[in-house]
Amino acid sequence: MVTLRVIDTKRDLVRAPAVALDGVAISYGGDGTPVYEAVAPVRLEVGENEFLAIVGPTGCGKSTLLNAAAGLIRPAAGTVSVFGQPLAGINGKAGYLFQQDALMPWKTARDNVAVALEVAGRPRAEALEKANALLARVGLASFGDRYPHQLSGGQRKRVGLAQVLIRNPKILLMDEPFGPLDAQTRHIMGTLLLDLWAQDRKAVMFVTHDLEEAIALADRVVIMSAGPRARIIGDHRIDLPRPRDVAEIRMEPRFHALHRVIWNELREEVMKAYGALG
Amino acid sequence: MTRIPRTRLLALQALVAVAALLVWHVGATVPIGGTYLLPKFFFSTPLDVIARVWKMFATGMIWKHLGITLTETILAFVIGSVAGIVFGFWFARKPLVAAVCDPYLKMANALPRVVLAPIFMLWLGLGIWSKVALGVTLVFFIVFFNVYQGVREVSPTVLANARMLGMNDRQLFRYVYWPSALSWMFSSLHTSVGFALVGAVVGEYLGSAAGLGYLIHQAEGVFDVTGVFAGMAVLAAFVLVIDWLVTIVERRLLVWRPQPAIV
Ligand SMILES: Nc1ncnc2c1ncn2[C@@H]1O[C@H](COP(=O)(O)OP(=O)(O)OP(=O)(O)O)[C@@H](O)[C@H]1O
Ligand SMILES: [Mg+2]
Repeated sequence: MVTLRVIDTKRDLVRAPAVALDGVAISYGGDGTPVYEAVAPVRLEVGENEFLAIVGPTGCGKSTLLNAAAGLIRPAAGTVSVFGQPLAGINGKAGYLFQQDALMPWKTARDNVAVALEVAGRPRAEALEKANALLARVGLASFGDRYPHQLSGGQRKRVGLAQVLIRNPKILLMDEPFGPLDAQTRHIMGTLLLDLWAQDRKAVMFVTHDLEEAIALADRVVIMSAGPRARIIGDHRIDLPRPRDVAEIRMEPRFHALHRVIWNELREEVMKAYGALG
Repeated sequence: MTRIPRTRLLALQALVAVAALLVWHVGATVPIGGTYLLPKFFFSTPLDVIARVWKMFATGMIWKHLGITLTETILAFVIGSVAGIVFGFWFARKPLVAAVCDPYLKMANALPRVVLAPIFMLWLGLGIWSKVALGVTLVFFIVFFNVYQGVREVSPTVLANARMLGMNDRQLFRYVYWPSALSWMFSSLHTSVGFALVGAVVGEYLGSAAGLGYLIHQAEGVFDVTGVFAGMAVLAAFVLVIDWLVTIVERRLLVWRPQPAIV
């Protein structure tokens, strides 16, 4: 008994977070163009089984932060670690659902999903079979033969989700995945996402500007300040019980309490971002 | 604009042709105030031209010339495209090469290609290869610029996504750069095939012993206006057929493209 517990504690100590941003600052420009310091040094850790939501006013640097976690941009300072290893190049452990359209327009929905397995050297038949299963999982069973331009914005997002999930990554980076969806479908997709996530509890970094969605889905919500030099100005644990019903949880008193506290912090930043616009 | 019914459109299009032919026929055969508006010697007549075209096919002499022109067109298109694709990729992936060669490429492309025809004849003789070479110089630049653009204009998000999906350089080429470049190239298929044909016909016109351009040039040499118009009519029909084939190929290859909005 005792030995077991000791080993357990040790493992917990050794086990590194899925993604750790340590003093990560990110700038754009340079080389003749004006430098824009988008993100000031931030420290952010995402646990191995944690669902983290990132909220913040538009243009504050949420996508920028995800890109750094994905290894697509090099931070100007600080280090990104993935399961304790410093990240060099692309983050191979992560699947990334981009904010903009990212499907290959010359491939059908099915091929877009299947190609993610094919490039890993798996046989095409197996890839297609899995792609069909995943398309069915995101409610697009009969849309496999469509090209991206024949799908709605929300359908494209769901194909993107299937494309990311087929590789079964340990980390999910999602940038406003439900952005173009109507409220009803957002709830359905949110519930679907939580179902999928409950199976193996991947680490998730979920960017949204919808605070209610963030609270309904996540274990933890962090708030980014308005840029430039955006920082993380709030970090809230969401202690709502799971499994959750994404639509109904919004009626809970605890949900309202959390929402009030976090919104109070966020509102000021949103105003600042608009002030900067005007 | 509302869509015109197909039969009605065809009827209207035929009407334009009939009207034009009628004007031509009347001008060439009916004297108005003692003079012909379109004297036969300069304008021939529609019936003569049709009869001549008929004769060309009836005797079978036209097939040889059509065959030659078609061969030159296909060779110019294939060689020009392959070279354009290879160089397009190479330049797009190697910015230094592109920057160094840029002024020379612009210069070469600015040159009216007709002036090259005599040189090609000097180098390659009067056979088909001097015409192919002329067509290649036209096709190459169209394909080259399109492939170059296609590689450079790949959506950064699609590219980033492909990299996140674990693609290596070879796979990026196969799944992202190559389809993008080809789609740009295919979107200019009509132009490049058209230019391959222009190269062939102009080359033949300037000096050869066979082909549609040669036929037209021969007829001009003896003031055989009927022959010139007959040659032009065959050439125009030939271009239409090729253009129609290209459209079919294009439809097959670019199914994934959004259709342009119907106006
Ligand atoms: N390539 C770039 N060059 C220069 N500035 C950039 C570049 N990409 C982003 N920025 C700037 O960095 C800031 C953060 O951008 P980012 O895309 O991360 O915002 P965001 O929080 O994802 O916004 P949104 O919610 O609208 O998606 C913005 O002010 C933006 O203008
Ligand atoms: Mg963004």
